[in-house]
Amino acid sequence: MAQSNVTPIHGAEILAPGTAAPDFTLHVTPDQTLSLSDLRGKPVVLAFYPADWSPVCGDQMALYNEILSEFHKFGAELLGVSVDGPWCHGAFSETRHLHFPLLADFEPKGAVSRQYGAYRSQDGFSERALFVIDKNGTIAWSYCSPIGVNPGADGILQALEDLSKEKTSK
Amino acid sequence: MSTLKIPVTAEDHAQGAEHAEVTLVEYGDYECPHCGRAYSIVKRVQKHFGKGLRFVFRNFPLSEMHPSAEGAAEAAEFAGVQGKFWEMHDLLFENQERLGDELFVELAEKLGLSTAALTKALEDGTFGARVRADFSGGVRSGVNGTPTFFINGHRHDASFDFETLVSAIGGATKTAKSA
Repeated sequence: MAQSNVTPIHGAEILAPGTAAPDFTLHVTPDQTLSLSDLRGKPVVLAFYPADWSPVCGDQMALYNEILSEFHKFGAELLGVSVDGPWCHGAFSETRHLHFPLLADFEPKGAVSRQYGAYRSQDGFSERALFVIDKNGTIAWSYCSPIGVNPGADGILQALEDLSKEKTSK
Repeated sequence: MSTLKIPVTAEDHAQGAEHAEVTLVEYGDYECPHCGRAYSIVKRVQKHFGKGLRFVFRNFPLSEMHPSAEGAAEAAEFAGVQGKFWEMHDLLFENQERLGDELFVELAEKLGLSTAALTKALEDGTFGARVRADFSGGVRSGVNGTPTFFINGHRHDASFDFETLVSAIGGATKTAKSA
């Protein structure tokens, strides 16, 4: 939609399905970190988003928080990622009662977002990019939403469902 | 483009003609201020289109954020089985700043419904499954916040102000007529 009018400088090409998901270690809280590889063995939903504190009810992270149980049905873990620092994430998470980790892609700023092709260097924040990573660490599905459009969760759930079908058919 | 995965059926709460050219589905939360604003806009839109528009309301309570949203949704469903869904729906939005058990009882009384039965239904979560089903269906359809509208099955990503909604519904009416 809106994206066709914008010439993305970086972040035009998010990592595609089939690519090995680059590992990373980021702060969850000021004194706690989390690595993607810690979650090997279960599907991971990686949701890059522009910033904490978007001024609406039911923003993307709040929405995912409400439907966490739908992700957990597939045994999946959800991680939110933005360039906000861990203190900012902490305050945001507390206010919205979020029950999943928000990772701070804060220093060097946006480094992980860049690795996934999900950084808007013209703006200095992450794209609204979604990745579903399978239990072996390979990207199974990815989607980059126009920055102003909350992508919802239908695509993520479809991808998780496809993964679970693959598993049972093998 | 996200589309409505759960078709509108007789189980839904609907206003307007069953075979209307356009069906507007709202996924909403009684405690969400944006839905509160959308409430009066939808009323105007319904008036504007008359019988050519069918309006369906489905529950999407953001309970982590809005502690009374689930109770309100269940109270409306309670009224619904007694044929008073829309009356309760309207009263909940019109009294949005007072949501809570006290208000639900007061509204049930006003609508001539048993307040004891309402209290029991809320305690037992009798209508919880129905509300959850709406919610899950919404998630599957790409509901991305509240309110989320679908016009003839397509998610309406633009603003929900009166003019924008009227123009989007008008467009869908033309498509329906030419099909």
